[in-house]
Amino acid sequence: MRHLLSAGDLTRDEAVLVLDTAAQMAATQAREIKKLPTLRGRTVVNLFFEDSTRTRISFETAAKRLSADVINFSAKGSSVSKGESLKDTALTLQAMGADAVVIRHHASGAPHTLAHAGWTHGAVVNAGDGMHQHPTQALLDAFTLRRHLVGDGGRADVTGRDLAGAHVAIVGDVLHSRVARSNVQLLHTLGARVTLVAPPTLVPVGAGTWTADVSYDLDETLATGPDAVMMLRVQRERMSSAGGGYFPSPLEYTRAYGLDGRRLAVLPEHAVVLHPGPMNRGLEISADAADSPRAVIVEQVANGVAVRMAVLYLLLAGGDQRPGADAEDMEARTGVRTDGTRVHA
Amino acid sequence: MSTGTPAPASGRTDAVPDGTGTEVLGAADIGRALTRIAHEVVERNKGVEDVVLLGIPTRGLPLAERLAARLAHVEGVDAGDLVGSLDVTMHRDDLARQPIRPIGTTRLPSGGLDGRVVVLVDDVLFSGRTIRAALDAISDLGRPRAVQLAVLVDRGHRELPIRADYVGKNLPTAASERVRVLLQETDGRDAVLIEGARGTGR
Repeated sequence: MRHLLSAGDLTRDEAVLVLDTAAQMAATQAREIKKLPTLRGRTVVNLFFEDSTRTRISFETAAKRLSADVINFSAKGSSVSKGESLKDTALTLQAMGADAVVIRHHASGAPHTLAHAGWTHGAVVNAGDGMHQHPTQALLDAFTLRRHLVGDGGRADVTGRDLAGAHVAIVGDVLHSRVARSNVQLLHTLGARVTLVAPPTLVPVGAGTWTADVSYDLDETLATGPDAVMMLRVQRERMSSAGGGYFPSPLEYTRAYGLDGRRLAVLPEHAVVLHPGPMNRGLEISADAADSPRAVIVEQVANGVAVRMAVLYLLLAGGDQRPGADAEDMEARTGVRTDGTRVHA
Repeated sequence: MSTGTPAPASGRTDAVPDGTGTEVLGAADIGRALTRIAHEVVERNKGVEDVVLLGIPTRGLPLAERLAARLAHVEGVDAGDLVGSLDVTMHRDDLARQPIRPIGTTRLPSGGLDGRVVVLVDDVLFSGRTIRAALDAISDLGRPRAVQLAVLVDRGHRELPIRADYVGKNLPTAASERVRVLLQETDGRDAVLIEGARGTGR
């Protein structure tokens, strides 16, 4: 991997490598001394053109735990509000010697442009672009799911395992959700079956071609016994007012698509509930569902740090930061010697 | 403490069937070396009460487990409490010169490291950089009373002021040669091979 732009770019082996690396990173975070010297002297820039709490803090924590220097940049209060373009911002960061740029942007495709336009030589990590992709969120969701659903409910070693056979329901505002798009791709790559559940107005055109089933009835889907339910935030800032015509009223949305105690009781014993946050309590998820022991929402946040440490490690720790050698680099830099041989020469 | 036995200049250099290198230690030799090291560890530390064996993955770990089994046999203690695994990947200074390395598992025995004698166990001692990384990794995990080093093969060419306390075999090598340790647990058989310059033409 040279960049992480889309969950769809990851092969099954690459995704499992990220999850295995994250598991080791998570183990280091249980220690008294959490900081590792691995990325000492490297600089990671957090370039955030859109508001974010947990993703930015998560990336900042991950980079600092690996001893990288972190520069935080948010569009508010910077030259962007004076009209500076993405290109000029990127060139400025390049001049300051950024080894990796973590970018969140309201425009879909901005990370791709940054990675391929030659404005920066560093690795580009997509931390959410428009309604397109949020690959590290999908990776942390997969990591959380693997911990709970694979290997006898977390008791056995899950190294090298994927999510084959798991059934995940993704419920809610699929239309505006980059989390849903990334998860559909990554969960499919890892062998899980995905069902999207949403009102017809919140299912994007073309969702029929995705590697997921589409359902308009939450109760019907829950009755099939999914292993996990991922609730999506209703992104009201992307709708005009009170639902913007996507649904008649918040109350009606909650009745048809909200997760509450009654629906939680229908789920199989081992099933877990995920939410990428921030939650609209009382809209897509009720308080008793959000606070139930089955909800692994807080754990997702902790796992996010481990997964982002793994991504930064895999992108930055290896040698040779040559620009423009993507395909070859991909081979060489993730060319893990799977037999574990250490040649002493 | 031990200097091991010097490698024969020629003599026991049976070519292995697959022709990938010259075998310098066989399964029986490795077993005898580990038994001797186990006794040396007991002797030097006057028992194994405070001893923790930390194997460095990949091949240091099975070696540490075998040593622990021998210590347990000699001293009558539980082998599981003696042995742990220490991954040093994230403390290496050559990460930027290598392809990405997978990160191994770090697992400490139940008593932790504080105040104990840590014996690091690895397969080959070469530049000493792995051991330097291991010393850094240990300092993040606790404060042992002492750290000792046991290796199956010392092949020379040190780049740092590091030496082993227990050596299975001193193996003088040319820098261009490669030393490979094969173990039953990871490779299906026990052997130490030399590949490269010296192995060719025989």
